[in-house]
Amino acid sequence: MTDAATPPPQPIPWQTADVVEIVTQTPRIKSFFLTLAQPFAFAAGQHVDVRLTAPDGYRAMRSYSIASPPDDRTRLELAIELLDDGEVSPFFHDVVAVGDKIELRGPLGGYFLWPPGETGPLLLIGGGSGLVPLMAMLRHRRAAGLTLPVVLLLSSRTWDEVLYREELLALDARRDGFELVLTLTREPPRRPGDFGRRVDAAMVLDVVHRLPSAPNLVFVCGANRFVDAAADGAVAAGIPAAQVRTERYGA
Amino acid sequence: MFTRGFSGRRPPSNTAGRVPPGQHLVDDFPVLSAGPTPRIAPEQWSFTLKVGPKPVKTWDWAAFNALPKKTVTRDIHCVTTWSKLDTHWVGVQIDDILADAQLTPPTAFVLAHSYGGYSTNVPWADLAGEKAMIAVDYDGQPLEADHGGPARLLVPHLYFWKSAKWVNGLQFTERDEAGFWELRGYNMYGDPWREQRFTGD
Repeated sequence: MTDAATPPPQPIPWQTADVVEIVTQTPRIKSFFLTLAQPFAFAAGQHVDVRLTAPDGYRAMRSYSIASPPDDRTRLELAIELLDDGEVSPFFHDVVAVGDKIELRGPLGGYFLWPPGETGPLLLIGGGSGLVPLMAMLRHRRAAGLTLPVVLLLSSRTWDEVLYREELLALDARRDGFELVLTLTREPPRRPGDFGRRVDAAMVLDVVHRLPSAPNLVFVCGANRFVDAAADGAVAAGIPAAQVRTERYGA
Repeated sequence: MFTRGFSGRRPPSNTAGRVPPGQHLVDDFPVLSAGPTPRIAPEQWSFTLKVGPKPVKTWDWAAFNALPKKTVTRDIHCVTTWSKLDTHWVGVQIDDILADAQLTPPTAFVLAHSYGGYSTNVPWADLAGEKAMIAVDYDGQPLEADHGGPARLLVPHLYFWKSAKWVNGLQFTERDEAGFWELRGYNMYGDPWREQRFTGD
């Protein structure tokens, strides 16, 4: 119910975005760089809804997390994983080309986002393309010159499937309070301190202890089974459930 | 506008009229939730009916399961755009909960509350008249924790975030009060046929 004196809230408008660059990031993930007709402010961790319309008016809609930081509004980056039986991701991977126009609206999502003024420490846990909203957070931390302690635990199948691998390694090498921990589920680890198995409670406890003190917030993003394992691990490590925020790639 | 090169995958023709605009069908049952999955044993579970701050009646698991059970088959629609047809549920209809508490609905607005702190608002009119239940079984099995077990609200004609998982109470409120997602940009009502996904839709 809206008070009579309050105007009804305006819907978030659909707008057209131009595809200006496409980058193959891993064998199954491509980045789509978009310029918007009406650029918007957003928080790291938010997503957009993308809407595709067929000639007969049929529409398909999906949500994609924003990978680029809010500090750069000139281009929006969506990193989209190819799902073999998908309807929309194969279209992006096989059909979309530079110069195409895509309809979207945003920003959307009011919970899985970088908390303004946060002093940390923060623990980020991502599985595969679940890194995307966490990457926007890490890029924001770097672009804004923030120094709060952050550990990222990232699970990937193989070294070659580590999304944004070179950028993450470069961030890690800065030693500015950010630490990258990789776990590979189908290969042995390549760096000291990394893991070579699926995320479990012992691994989460290990990375919690790499922070200077217990994390204020934990952000977990990925497929549901991954998120359950990581979030249960965080709770088992003594972090209150209310401080563990999850985003599950459900469909 | 049309999207160059997009033809899409339409729902099968025998589902015509059952898939709301912008939705696509799934065969699995995706899990979406904002935090860790609460693990509530049935013997720890209870359900409280409140009017404002005042508790009217509380049921433990055994007492709740002694209330009349109904079986329903419904289509469900998630705001993240998946829909699932013909899902089977067993539970206690909200009408029967109020009858057991001998409560006449005191206001037109209800907040559902959950273990873990989740809440969501649903008008009484959308809970009454066999439109909603507290579900305890899904597809012939006790409801799994990932899907809200031991018990979840089921309001299948609204987007599925209204069907609060891990539900532990219903509260009548004087006004239409926003719940967890409604405070964070989601629509106050959530009718999938009108695509009421976000504030202002």
